[in-house]
Amino acid sequence: MSLDAELARRMYLDMWRIRMFEEEANRQTGLGNVAGALHLYCGEEAVGVGVCAHLRDDDYVLGTHRSHGHCLAKGAPMNDMMAELFGKETGSCAGKGGSMHVADLSKNILGANGIVAGGIGPATGTGMATKIRGTDQVSVCFFGDGAAARGPFHEGILMGSLWKLPVVYVCENNGYQQWVRRENVAVVDSVATMAASYDIPGVSVDGQDVVEVHEAAGEAIDRARRGEGPTLLEARTYRYFGHSMGDREEYRTREEVEDWRDNRDPIALFRAYMAERQWLTGREDEEIRTAAKEAVTAAVEFADASAYPPLAAAHADVLDTEWRADA
Amino acid sequence: MSTLTIRDAIHDALHEEMERDESVFVIGEDVVAHGGPYTVTEGIAERFPDRIFETPIAEAGIVGVGVGAALAGMRPVVEIMYLDFITCAMDEVVNQAAKMRYMTGGQASVPIVIRLPCGLGRYIAAQHSQIMESWFMHVPGLQVVAPSTPKDAKGLFKTAVRSPDPVLFFEYKSIYTAEGEVPDGERLIPFGEAEVKREGEDATVVAVGPMVGKALEAGVTLEDDGYDIEVVDPRTLSPLDTETICASVRKTGRAVVCEEDSSFAGTGAEIAATIAENCFADLRAPVTRVGMPHVPMPFAPPLADSVVPQVASVVGAVRRVMA
Repeated sequence: MSLDAELARRMYLDMWRIRMFEEEANRQTGLGNVAGALHLYCGEEAVGVGVCAHLRDDDYVLGTHRSHGHCLAKGAPMNDMMAELFGKETGSCAGKGGSMHVADLSKNILGANGIVAGGIGPATGTGMATKIRGTDQVSVCFFGDGAAARGPFHEGILMGSLWKLPVVYVCENNGYQQWVRRENVAVVDSVATMAASYDIPGVSVDGQDVVEVHEAAGEAIDRARRGEGPTLLEARTYRYFGHSMGDREEYRTREEVEDWRDNRDPIALFRAYMAERQWLTGREDEEIRTAAKEAVTAAVEFADASAYPPLAAAHADVLDTEWRADA
Repeated sequence: MSTLTIRDAIHDALHEEMERDESVFVIGEDVVAHGGPYTVTEGIAERFPDRIFETPIAEAGIVGVGVGAALAGMRPVVEIMYLDFITCAMDEVVNQAAKMRYMTGGQASVPIVIRLPCGLGRYIAAQHSQIMESWFMHVPGLQVVAPSTPKDAKGLFKTAVRSPDPVLFFEYKSIYTAEGEVPDGERLIPFGEAEVKREGEDATVVAVGPMVGKALEAGVTLEDDGYDIEVVDPRTLSPLDTETICASVRKTGRAVVCEEDSSFAGTGAEIAATIAENCFADLRAPVTRVGMPHVPMPFAPPLADSVVPQVASVVGAVRRVMA
């Protein structure tokens, strides 16, 4: 799917929707409306949007603890997501999952995942299901650079390659494993180089450049859809907020964050790219931001007006209690 | 009726389920090469070559792949060569498979069966002989199945494959070759239904897996003492049929709970606590447990045989509660 003005405007809108959703979620945490951990995607929007722009509704996406952006980019309704963060019964997961477990199975968004590298094996498994059934769906698994240290990264990608499964492994390398700089705990700079061990393409792109992400993801997804197997796609990116709430951010300087925000912001870079091609007028830019803002405001109103789940909900959905062995 | 071993019963049930449902597939180590160490998957590769996947030695990957395939609507039957190796995939079992339905507010279903050859078989020491049912009983969202006879193994396995939720299917190596009558045709055994394997009046022996056979043998010996024991086999440990267990204890007034694994914080601890909570007024003696002491499985055969509970252990425990 090559980039044109119309698609670019859609992607630009998606990036703003994510940015504003995250900033609002952060504000709502401060107000006490969102409990628990909140891992914000601000600064990394180009990755989720650039990849998901290629995906169909029936393609699978599996994520991380930092997956609001992936879910929104794959088409999860924003109202449901905000309500989930609020813990309300109208939430994507009826208030049972929260920020780290947003899922929308109607869109084949199989869930954010609170375990680092937890989605890699399951994403490989959705690829196996696709292969057994002989359909042409693609599975995308997002994970951070920290996941590359874990065994399931190795085991999952190994099997994905062994059976040439239609999976794209997308590493969002934001340079930090929670509060630790990657170089303190990793022995290779680029996660993409690890692809050599699995005999699959390893591609590293500038994760702040949505055009570059989109192009590389398109190649990887097409390759998977053609049945030629997985790709390990690394997007070098940066998160603007701390790992989660309560992060004192002593591991990085304010100047470093400001430098990325001022000079490497994915939304600003994309706006400049579009303006250069006359794909975005000032007025369209304004309209897109207003649309994103209005969607977020509506989502907060929806979440705020919704009720918490009845207490009985705590006891439901452990097993499918309706099911009976039929003999 | 046919006479089958437990191994044959599971083998046959697997073939029948794969024949019936194209979404059932097998994944595990050596499942093609040898049908697994206990040959349960023998013949699948010839009959269903596109639905069996022989894997690298990568248990976390194997279970993770199974979870994903199940989320996508397939019905994976995962073989973990020895139960002990499931510890390499605990995240995939405990944090992924068990939690998906709940965390997604009921959207997700993970119909995965994880087969776990377990316990003492040949003498292969501490890393190839554990049972650990209670680890999984403790986790909501998992179903723990513990068949003791070929009939139960076949009926429970077929139910496991069709269940919409994860199943840990315990296959006790020491009784793989135990023979028994299996009804012909399709018989599914619901989860959460214990079976009284022997009726009696004097004491209830709740026995799990290989302890069922030992309890039945003990029952014969105890007849000479004039004691008529009732043997209750829970068949599934989660869900646990507390009604049948408690009804038996209310009748007999005495309870011995037997498992082959370590008693400490084990399967029998949950059953014993259930009896104590629900049948205290009916008990004429303290609930007694039979199990392994809290030690790893030793290698030397005389040592291994000394720590695994035997028929005599059950006999002794019943005599104690009858005294």
